[in-house]
Amino acid sequence: MRIVPFLLATAITTGLVITLNTRLPLAGSEAPAFGKFLSPQHGFWQNAETANYDFTTDLKFPQLKGKVSVYLDERLVPHIFADQENDAYFVQGYLHARFRLWQMELQTYAAAGRVSEIIGEKGLTHDREFRRLGMVYAAEIALKETEKDPVLLAECDAYTAGINAFIDGLTESSLPVEYKLIGHKPEHWSNIKTSLFLKYMSYDLASHDDDFELTNAKSYFSADDFTKLFPAVQDSLDPIIPKGTVFEKQKVFPVAPIGVDSIYFNSKALVVSENEKADRENGSNNWAVSGKKTKSGSPILCNDPHLALNLPSLWYELQISAPGFNAYGVSFPGAPGVIIGYNDSCAFGFTNGGRDVRDYYEIKFNNDKRAQYWFNGAWQNTRFRVDTIKIKGKPDFIDSVAYVQLGKDWCPVMYDKSFGGGRATGDKNYAVRWKANDPSNELKIFNMLNHAKNYADYSAAVTNLHTPGQNCVFACKTGDIAIRTQGEWPAKWKGQGDFIMPGTDTSYLWQGMIPQDEVPFQYNPERGFVSSANQKPVDESYPYYIGRDYPPYRGQLINRRLNAMNNISPQDMMQLQTDNYDLFAETAMPLFLKNMKESELDANQKKYFDLLRNWNLRDDVGSKGATIFEVLWSNFADTVYGDEYAKAPKVIMRPFESTLVEALLKDSAYSFLDNINTPQKETLADEVTAAFKKSGAQLQQLEKDGKLDWEKYKATHISHLAKLAPFSRMNLAAPGGTHTINATRSDHGPSWRMVISLTSQTEAYGVYPGGQSGNPGSKYCDNFVDQWVAGKYYSLWMMTKSESSDQRVKWKMNFDH
Amino acid sequence: MKFFISIILTALICFASALYLPWWSIAPMSFLVAVLIPQRPGKAFLSGFLALFLLWGGLSFWISYQNAHLLAHKMSMLILKMDNPYLLILVTALIGGLVAALAALSGSYLRKTK
Repeated sequence: MRIVPFLLATAITTGLVITLNTRLPLAGSEAPAFGKFLSPQHGFWQNAETANYDFTTDLKFPQLKGKVSVYLDERLVPHIFADQENDAYFVQGYLHARFRLWQMELQTYAAAGRVSEIIGEKGLTHDREFRRLGMVYAAEIALKETEKDPVLLAECDAYTAGINAFIDGLTESSLPVEYKLIGHKPEHWSNIKTSLFLKYMSYDLASHDDDFELTNAKSYFSADDFTKLFPAVQDSLDPIIPKGTVFEKQKVFPVAPIGVDSIYFNSKALVVSENEKADRENGSNNWAVSGKKTKSGSPILCNDPHLALNLPSLWYELQISAPGFNAYGVSFPGAPGVIIGYNDSCAFGFTNGGRDVRDYYEIKFNNDKRAQYWFNGAWQNTRFRVDTIKIKGKPDFIDSVAYVQLGKDWCPVMYDKSFGGGRATGDKNYAVRWKANDPSNELKIFNMLNHAKNYADYSAAVTNLHTPGQNCVFACKTGDIAIRTQGEWPAKWKGQGDFIMPGTDTSYLWQGMIPQDEVPFQYNPERGFVSSANQKPVDESYPYYIGRDYPPYRGQLINRRLNAMNNISPQDMMQLQTDNYDLFAETAMPLFLKNMKESELDANQKKYFDLLRNWNLRDDVGSKGATIFEVLWSNFADTVYGDEYAKAPKVIMRPFESTLVEALLKDSAYSFLDNINTPQKETLADEVTAAFKKSGAQLQQLEKDGKLDWEKYKATHISHLAKLAPFSRMNLAAPGGTHTINATRSDHGPSWRMVISLTSQTEAYGVYPGGQSGNPGSKYCDNFVDQWVAGKYYSLWMMTKSESSDQRVKWKMNFDH
Repeated sequence: MKFFISIILTALICFASALYLPWWSIAPMSFLVAVLIPQRPGKAFLSGFLALFLLWGGLSFWISYQNAHLLAHKMSMLILKMDNPYLLILVTALIGGLVAALAALSGSYLRKTK
């Protein structure tokens, strides 16, 4: 033995192994442990799924009560046939985890304010923000509601057990590749995670507010200007429940407090806000047409929810068949049941209600210890919720959040001296009253809808939906169609909650909820269809105040088209869902065309103006006019408002596009047209021409970069949830835009398109921009994307058990106890 | 002959052990083979290297080939910042080879008498 070389070689070998087994810092991030990561028997190579992978398998779990057969079709859609209903949820949980585990964990970590555990200190602001909004508090309350309901508790327990059955069978080599990349291990699922996931959807759909931005706008502008910039009424509104509908007699009468004008409406106190918010455009389309308007004589239901586009997709397609029900559609990896879809009797879908259900109250504490707060003329005792936030590579962060009782509700003081979240100034305390923190049992809706046989079942199901409020569309083989602008909504006095409110007594609190029988709905209306596209649900005759923030154009166009259509086929409906006609442009273009001072344009600008003039108002692939319009509109709005906003606080509300167009159509001498920094008085023609000149140079640059065509300018992409470009689909040639029915924007759009014709043998079509597998190493991870981009659909197959030898069945998974 | 037997034995034992043990079991296994089959240090190093170079290179190529290189395309963009599945296979093979080579070298010194 040669001691020295032996020791030396052994030391080097050991050192190398340790280095290759350690995650090392690399370019501000962390590289995987390369030995482990590259090992073909342990690392990422194990996630490279064989192109002809055989998914067929036999599994045994003692948790099951009976047999479950899962038939996977050529698109990897599972058709679950269970002898016992709860066994179906067990298998749904197992399949969600089998194909989407990493995404399920990431989303629930984000919902629970636990991102710092994975990504370190970078995640702390997000984590505190979410916990202080009360996300965990809300999920705990929701879980208590679920636990009171034995049917749902059993459903959730089975679902959770299914997920854990998969997790327990994982080995180092079979971990999803994202875990290997970020060096993280899955933890067990529990029912609270399902609640957290659903609260995450509430955050996404029902947490949007502009209270800080509007408070700043109100403080900065004169009352007159504020009304002009933020009108309560939209001229172009075609509400979900048509104008002229007679509503139920009002039973709750919210009253504005005494002194509301001086204390609230005319207060000029500035607040600050720079935080991230849920997307305002989290909208959607849905409609149902009755048999008298269709070719087949049976109703057709359509739905396309517009959400952030990601890989893996938010949706997982499946069929669940158990004694008592048989449902097909898309599910949320993270929750049991079918969320949007159809069963043997009826179809159901949703668009977001979009009302403001998140308001703020300014709280006065006795001192920085926050032990007492002033309410109704006395010092009241604060409750504290102490959150321990684990941070990867750092000591825990302890956040103690004050909860104050406003009326009967305990509300978290989200922003205070210790946490402004980029939103508050730090010298004031703001409690948040968010509807999602109230008890409710959202899972019940989906369970009941999956089982629904008729209109009565549908009504009984959706009235359980409190938050996030949704426009619930329904159609049934009996011929019924319906829509309900469902939610448990606070009954507000006009202007309540638009701004931050005083929180020192009961006078500004929500005074009650709108009774469920006063929730507007339509059932088999004369016009033969129901529809919604996030527009304001009702006109001004509705007795309750429901805010001003609603996009009007998609809804108006859908109604215009549906009114004109007869003898409708499912193919006509697909065409309507993917319609790229821009009604906002139709409204705004005459202003540009009539007021352009063409003689002032140079040859280059003239060329673009001709393209604009000849544009067919469609956001199609290859359209240059669509790009020119978009650039021009943005410059025009800047030209009109830029001077007035120049000295405004950094974070402030900007008027909606519809506000400017409607103001100019009514009054071509709109006061904001004048540039306050020049001695002369600018006209509409001056502003339009100036905006176009500014656009000319930008358009020339775009043309040079080859980005003048609409789809190249817009560059629709579907990002991987970890923001890893090679796992994403970039630069898709997708048509459509914000205001078109096909509302495909750059990173946001129709996340599931569905058309269901309720003929005796249901004819169903659907597509979502993703794939059934969450594994980037599987060919099924994004195989629907091209079909979706092209506006094409798949035929949805409601399989029967007798079709098990159909050629569409590619694999079979047997689950037994 | 010893040289080829060492290569084949190292590759086989490393493959089998990795089915049950962590990736780094390739180091003690290569070491063990070098102890059992004494060779000069240079030869031991080379046989360890070739064993794992071939094992890891071959396995990753076979997996990737059956995957139509789908994941290797994405992963090479992510790790190597260039779209080259074969380079990623080469890097995999080199790393496996290097660990085994050094371990085998250590093993050969344990047996070496002069």
